[in-house]
Amino acid sequence: MNLLDDLGTVLSSSLRLTAPLAFAACGEYLAERAGTLNISVEAMMLGAAFSSVAVAGATGSATTGLAAGVLTGALIGLIHGNLAHRLTINTFVVGLVLNALVLGLTSFLIAGATFGSRPPQRWPLLLLPGIVLLTWWLVERSRWGLELRAVGENPRAADMTGIRVGLRRRQALLWCGALAGLGGAYLAVGEVGSFNQNMTAGRGYLVIAAVIFGGWRLGRTLVGCAVFGLADALRLALPALGVTLNSQLLIAAPYLLALLAMVLFATRHRRPRALGKPFVRQEP
Amino acid sequence: MTRTAAWSALALLVSAVLIVATGGSPVEAMQALVRGSVADATAISVTLLYAAPLLLIAAGACVSASAGVFNIGQEGQVLIGALAGAAAGLRLALPGPALIAVVGLAGALAAGFWAWLSALMHRLRGVDIVVSTLLMTFVAQQVVAFAVNTPWLLQESRLGRATVLPQTNKLPPRALLGSLGSYPGLQLNAGLLIAVAAAVSVAVLLTRTRWGFRVTMLGLNPAAAAHSGVRVTVVTGSALAISGTLAGLAGAVLLTSPLSTNRLQPGGTLGLGWDGLLVALIARNRPLLAIPVALLFAVLRSGGSFLAATGVPSYLADIVKALLVLAFVAPRVPWRRLAVA
Repeated sequence: MNLLDDLGTVLSSSLRLTAPLAFAACGEYLAERAGTLNISVEAMMLGAAFSSVAVAGATGSATTGLAAGVLTGALIGLIHGNLAHRLTINTFVVGLVLNALVLGLTSFLIAGATFGSRPPQRWPLLLLPGIVLLTWWLVERSRWGLELRAVGENPRAADMTGIRVGLRRRQALLWCGALAGLGGAYLAVGEVGSFNQNMTAGRGYLVIAAVIFGGWRLGRTLVGCAVFGLADALRLALPALGVTLNSQLLIAAPYLLALLAMVLFATRHRRPRALGKPFVRQEP
Repeated sequence: MTRTAAWSALALLVSAVLIVATGGSPVEAMQALVRGSVADATAISVTLLYAAPLLLIAAGACVSASAGVFNIGQEGQVLIGALAGAAAGLRLALPGPALIAVVGLAGALAAGFWAWLSALMHRLRGVDIVVSTLLMTFVAQQVVAFAVNTPWLLQESRLGRATVLPQTNKLPPRALLGSLGSYPGLQLNAGLLIAVAAAVSVAVLLTRTRWGFRVTMLGLNPAAAAHSGVRVTVVTGSALAISGTLAGLAGAVLLTSPLSTNRLQPGGTLGLGWDGLLVALIARNRPLLAIPVALLFAVLRSGGSFLAATGVPSYLADIVKALLVLAFVAPRVPWRRLAVA
């Protein structure tokens, strides 16, 4: 093999590893702009990966599987939104519990059943540019997105002007769930073609790291996803190329980069002011 | 209280439905849970072994949460504690009791420092503590993986074998936590004593000392605490460091208890870090309440491993745990607000 071939292999595999992250990162970005630091994105991806494979296996159609994944993600977003922004349970508690619950549930269900492997379907990749543009337009150009950002920056002021804070945050989580679900479903149906226990293996946390690394800007978030995808692809490809590079460092790199970005660019980052803070209207 | 009971019953009902739906028998599953956890002295011994690290982690989580700092990085702190404990236990030539103390101390201090790094990042650059403790968990996992994959660090010695696994050598027997005496069949490991002592100390610290008062005040109203002269940085940092310390101690206890292989392995925490956090959530951050809850989670752990024999996947225990946490955090909510959309 020559160098060009190797480069091509690494790039195409990094693109395929980036895509699930990028789908989910668009959703997580939007949820965080609305003020929810959503750690259940892992649950959304994992749950969607499971249901998409199950439905694709039952119906024989990858498209239906993807749709089921999107719905599953949105359902988890709906549950998270209602627990966190209607019942005002701490959003991190909700996220932790949902992650534990979905991991337990999918592991439990897969232990009893086996899904046949299906050929990968890569066409959903074509949806990615559209979804990125749509997310950008929604957040930066639409009335709804303006309200979302207001809710994420200063929920009390937003509430004063008549924006329903909890509703906007729940809607943001629905969008986040649908996109994280698409990412998880793409990983399972689009790339691997089957489901195995704890298949996402922390990719949801990678997505959170990407949004932080991107400093809560969509473009840089996607760059973060690409860098993380490349690191993953390199980790898989380097041994075959005869290059020894510390694989632990490559796995830890996304998290270290996110931490480093937060430490170095703390003052320049556009972190939503009310990120992770619950909002309860003060009764007079 | 009745609401909590109702929600918990619902959680168990959902679990039972899941068992039936997958073709199992809830009664048999329940029997297996009991058989594996409390039916005889051996089972109880195993349950108590699980309870010790869970209680330590939960007690630590109570401290940080009382200060209004949500530390969710226990999983990583447990690993760092086990790593430091393993390094001390394998490298130091000390007599038995001293070595045990040094292993525990090394684990506790290393993890305390690891957690304190998050407080430092918060102080200097305003980095969110929840995020940094979470991300540090994944860094910790790779630090441990690196240590056990690197021959000149902690990877097991070759001893003429063709392959070496990513794990450390077995700790010498004199570094292991001993049994406090075996009553016909029932083994009481010293780890449980440490854990209960830690939970009681944390309870006393939080409710009976000036420092604990500051911690609680900071947690209830940071602005008021700052105005009345509480040094927020110091209290936040110490609360976070203590919670990490206890998680690290849990790692060391886990490493040296009969529960583990007494080797440091990348997956050696068995996910107890996450579980310990859930214990603290159910106990609503009260360290003494964490004792029975940790026992309950330990029952689910030890009993869960017996589930597979009945044809019910042992992951059921994880589902029950998560649903129970939901049942315990949901009740403060009025029913009428539970509408969709």
